Amino acid sequence: MPALPLDEAGKYVAAAYLVFLALILIYVAILAARIQRTRDELGELVELAERRRAEARGGGDAEEPPEAQSPGAATAGERR
Amino acid sequence: MKLKMPSLPVMALATTVVLVAAFALVFFYAPNDADQGFIQKIFYLHVPIAICALIGFIAAAIHSIRHLRTGESIHDFRSYVSIHVAIIFGTGALITGAIWAKAAWGKWWVWEEPTLVSFLIVYLLYATYYPLRYSIEDRDRQARYASVFAITAGAFVPLNFMAVRLAESLVHPRVFATAEGGMPGEMMLTFLVALAGMALLFATLVRFEIAAKQTRGQVHRLRRALDEQAPVAPRSRIAPLPPAEGVS
Repeated sequence: MPALPLDEAGKYVAAAYLVFLALILIYVAILAARIQRTRDELGELVELAERRRAEARGGGDAEEPPEAQSPGAATAGERR
Repeated sequence: MKLKMPSLPVMALATTVVLVAAFALVFFYAPNDADQGFIQKIFYLHVPIAICALIGFIAAAIHSIRHLRTGESIHDFRSYVSIHVAIIFGTGALITGAIWAKAAWGKWWVWEEPTLVSFLIVYLLYATYYPLRYSIEDRDRQARYASVFAITAGAFVPLNFMAVRLAESLVHPRVFATAEGGMPGEMMLTFLVALAGMALLFATLVRFEIAAKQTRGQVHRLRRALDEQAPVAPRSRIAPLPPAEGVS
């Protein structure tokens, strides 16, 4: 086949490079979402550990710390 | 002696710099191909991706051999992540190859072409890795079977190269070490920089994925430890694990 003219070839070249870029970006976005979920879970674990420590000291006042009401924690809980 | 790997941010930065340099060379330095014209620029993307995908499969086989020899789960973990990223690169190679084929040959796919078909076979073979792995519940057996699979499938990758080299292809270009002289210097330099960039991207994504999975594993272990230490049923929204007997 003869070489395509530049205006037509340019579309294919752009498509190939953009597809690859999109593939990598989607992958990185999925990884970022997973890391965010892990961070949320870690936040809840810290909260749980602090509550346990407070209970072990004999005070029942730390049953519902203010951090537990944060929207991030609720979202992570709902996701599970 | 153990080589110290650079940190993830350093690798990410190096990847960005080398890939930007490679793409600059592709569009501002490398000459247009005399036969294909501007469309040949896809070569600098498609071929490095395909090479990195195949090397990723081989790396997975090597990690699997180490897993079977030592029994250390970290090697199985690395093998899994290598296959994972290589599958993504393989997908990229197939898509960019199809775009190039459409522009150069007028067809999205040519079944008579051994290069394409052999790559597709290897890709589909590795696509069965996940169903195989997750169909086994026992973790040790899962890791062993996955390692055996990765080694067996890894043997197909050199066969792929050999099949491509030995085949009397009609349409797929031969550009390395041919009797006709191969690529001119500018094209070869551009290709090598693109290959280095793609290899760095592959290594960075593997490390990124490993770091993410290891962090997740540590969080799960922490949760298990906290649940086992619980004096009473936890009131957290975190789903509790079954209580361990005899643990106060």
